[in-house]
Amino acid sequence: MKRSAYLAFGTIAALCAGGIVAPATAAWEPVRPVEFIIPAGTGGGADQMARTIQGIVTKHNLMKQPLVVINKSGGAGGEGFLDVKGSGGNPHKIIITLSNLFTTPLATGIPFNWKDLTPVAMLALDEFVLWVNADKPYKTVKDYVDAVKAAPAGSIKMGGTGSKQEDQIITVAVEKATGARFTYIPYKGGGEVAVQLVGNHVDSTVNNPIEAVAQWRGGKLRPLCVFDAQRMAYDEPIADGKAWKDIPTCKSEGLDMEYLMLRGIFMSPRATKDQVEYYIELFKKVRATPEWQEFMKSGAFNTTFLTGADYAKWVEVEEKRHQSLMKDAGFLASGN
Amino acid sequence: MTTGSSSNTGPTHKLVEAGVTLAIALFGVIVIFGSVKAGINWGPEGPRAGFFPFYIGLFILASSAINLWHGLREDNDGLFAEWGQLRQVLSVVIPTAIYVGSMPFIGLYVASIIFIAWFMRWLGKYNWIIVLAVAFGMPIVTYFIFERWFMVPLPKGPIEEWLGL
Amino acid sequence: MEELVNLFHGFAVALQPYNIMLMVLGIVLGVIIGVLPGLGGANGVAILLPLTFSMSPTSAIIMLSCIYWGALFGGAITSILFNIPGEPWSVATTFDGYPMAQQGKAGEALTAAFTSSFVGALFAVVMITLVAPLVASFALQFGPAEKFAVYFLAFCSFVGLSKEPPFKTIAAMMIGFALAAVGLDSITGQLRLTFGVTHLLNGFDFLIAVIGLFGIGEILLTMEEGLAFRGGKAKIDLRVVLQTWKELPKYWMTSLRSCFIGCWMGITPAGATPASFMSYGIAKRVAKNGKNFGKGEIEGVVAPETAAHAAGTAALLPMLSLGVPGSPTAAVLLGGLLIWGLQPGPMLFVEQKEFVWGLIASMYLGNLVGLIVVLTCVPIFAAILRVPFSIIAPLILVLCAIGAYSVHSSTFDVMLMLVFGVIGYLLKKCNYPLAPLVLAIVLGDKAEEAFRQSLLGSQGSFGIFLSNPLVSTIMILGLIALFWSVIQEGYTRLRGTVAGPGSRAA
Repeated sequence: MKRSAYLAFGTIAALCAGGIVAPATAAWEPVRPVEFIIPAGTGGGADQMARTIQGIVTKHNLMKQPLVVINKSGGAGGEGFLDVKGSGGNPHKIIITLSNLFTTPLATGIPFNWKDLTPVAMLALDEFVLWVNADKPYKTVKDYVDAVKAAPAGSIKMGGTGSKQEDQIITVAVEKATGARFTYIPYKGGGEVAVQLVGNHVDSTVNNPIEAVAQWRGGKLRPLCVFDAQRMAYDEPIADGKAWKDIPTCKSEGLDMEYLMLRGIFMSPRATKDQVEYYIELFKKVRATPEWQEFMKSGAFNTTFLTGADYAKWVEVEEKRHQSLMKDAGFLASGN
Repeated sequence: MTTGSSSNTGPTHKLVEAGVTLAIALFGVIVIFGSVKAGINWGPEGPRAGFFPFYIGLFILASSAINLWHGLREDNDGLFAEWGQLRQVLSVVIPTAIYVGSMPFIGLYVASIIFIAWFMRWLGKYNWIIVLAVAFGMPIVTYFIFERWFMVPLPKGPIEEWLGL
Repeated sequence: MEELVNLFHGFAVALQPYNIMLMVLGIVLGVIIGVLPGLGGANGVAILLPLTFSMSPTSAIIMLSCIYWGALFGGAITSILFNIPGEPWSVATTFDGYPMAQQGKAGEALTAAFTSSFVGALFAVVMITLVAPLVASFALQFGPAEKFAVYFLAFCSFVGLSKEPPFKTIAAMMIGFALAAVGLDSITGQLRLTFGVTHLLNGFDFLIAVIGLFGIGEILLTMEEGLAFRGGKAKIDLRVVLQTWKELPKYWMTSLRSCFIGCWMGITPAGATPASFMSYGIAKRVAKNGKNFGKGEIEGVVAPETAAHAAGTAALLPMLSLGVPGSPTAAVLLGGLLIWGLQPGPMLFVEQKEFVWGLIASMYLGNLVGLIVVLTCVPIFAAILRVPFSIIAPLILVLCAIGAYSVHSSTFDVMLMLVFGVIGYLLKKCNYPLAPLVLAIVLGDKAEEAFRQSLLGSQGSFGIFLSNPLVSTIMILGLIALFWSVIQEGYTRLRGTVAGPGSRAA
């Protein structure tokens, strides 16, 4: 399915390229170092992924020019997006995105929309899992939701990364779905959130697998459910003989909520088909390496890969969803 | 020590200090203005975004008022600096401002070469061989350390583009 | 005992010739990174991380952590020679290090800084070796309220120090807080004080402000006084190292105190920067020569350097055992661990013994190698001051510009740096203290964030800051530090003696 979509896209690309530039064989290649922008700080999930990609590209000699990683995290990533938006016609600039592609412009009102960029490829989707401290008696989602409802409103704390971003959106959606009330406390990074849960400073989190797996293995945290339509694909045991695959979906546990975070690549505006094609080929090679597969496994990623029109369509649907989720939660910047 | 002007005149300390204090107060006003825009009250989830900056702005304003009063009352007829000294300072500030301002257009490397050469030739009066050696040597070393070794791209202009760097 | 066996095994791993070579390479790279302002430890490690991808995890972490040690050592060099802190935690080193260099004692200051760094790191590594699990559980007790208390204490132990008029100190500090507030408010996810200017989205970076206020400001002051760098008569042979070593044991008390402060701050994790400020502040209050601090006291170099290096080293412990980084550099190293397929956390010490103990052994050896490397270079560094001002000044200005640019890859920051330079010159001439301003920029938004997180959790009740023995103790220590001079004066008055010249409240 994916392959045929790619082939179709490739044919169109070739036709277009053939229409503009006479020999279709003269494919575009970078002539200068390529800047790889991360709209987040060093050490976070997007940063890790980008640097892994850089490492893979270097190790396997996938590019003739160096790939240079640059963090532009200001204004919840707005700095990075605006930088790429302002580099129209410069094909030596790509950016990795997380959900702040949608949330940052909506919450802060900065003049940016994903349509300002050229979509390249979806590399993977990051899962979200509902975690509680292993010392607490909650074994199922129902146990926990009942306990939250029974406690005085607002006394149960949900920790998460950032404000008005994916973690808080999920929290609000969970509140909507269950009628329970949380107090959401924003922290700077996912690792810190997981440790705050271990230290019992918050009562639950919606950490990504990679952020909390170490604490799960250490017997400090317990996963309750995953916010995805189907269970995660990894069946290697992690802790207590349980694997990622053994975590039930939230929907099956009576919590009707799905959320996946985009880990995708965009490039600067006004890129030609040839240029997009070059990067798609590059990331296909990256995905084929054992290092990438190992990385996907360690973070229990959903490995859906999309390009071209499929990818753009997926992003468009997601944007609409974020808009309505954030509108419901009252997270839109005044003036939007 | 001072080179240049021999006269002992210059702006008084009092005047400059009053100016600095007023500038700080103005900064305080801007902070207060921005905080009010962000919301300064105590929302359902604790203090809002502008709560702390608002009081910080007030503190800046209040302490500036006291500083201004102290400064004006003080019996200090001393000079802030002699004109000759200020000229020395400006002889660095203005070229540096030009250097920094031209960087987005001609890139860091070319700007650095011109700046170092200017500084050494006009202020240091070195002969051209040393001047050129340092002016070209430093950016070239920088290029290799940053761009090649650490892969940190620095701003480049048309000349680097033309050279294909 | 099992730990000791593991440690010796670790030494065996770290002492392989290949790993020793990586160690030296890492230290040298680290020193370069530390010297170049803007290219901090975190950036440096992040940049070189992908290059280690093809090494074994143990070799890779040895090299990367040595870059980190090197950067910790290197940060002191430009602080002492040119008043330009290459790293945030070296700011406090400039207070006495730079005056020493101006008096021709650059060699002594550098030796004291490097040796203290080594002592601090060694202390922290010994602590990691002996009490790692215990310390990890201590770190878990730090929620937002406790973190705020720590920032509060760091702040209180530093303010009230300056000789400048009190309202100028307040104004300077508040300017720092205001600058720290610019950008995204992390609690509400809302932009503030940016006035629609894209360049302000990122707020005012600490390093830009420091490079401008301290580095450029200092060059402008030097210009005013004529074209000369003082300090050219610094001794430039290795004997200076031995002479300084003879003097250092006198300050064992300061060193020990700074080691404790550093370890504590590294684990909590508040980081090396507050540790260095706090240690300097406390040393200034309790040292015999306290009132000479800021004029070139060697003890004023020992205190912040020991604490910064102890904190920097101790920060690796929560990273390894909890997966929470104690410093930005540790955050990048953490990413590295994950890339190599190692999961930091409670199981790491059990499952990856060779890796963990190899790393700990490399901490001992890396710091020793680092000390030897930087000490042998002391004469070279001190000789830099002999280069004529009109050659070195443009080079410093260019380096500052590169540093300011590489923080966020933005030319706007370079212009900002010059603006800060002029502001620094004016403020200094008008008798405004710069240190509280800088401290406020570093700690301001973190403290505010922790404060508001606490209030979110307690639903607006201030009782959370006295809700358990840990947080109450730290808060009370903070209050004592804040009112120290008042307490001291009251005590002196009770005793019926005339207050000494050093006890004036400021």
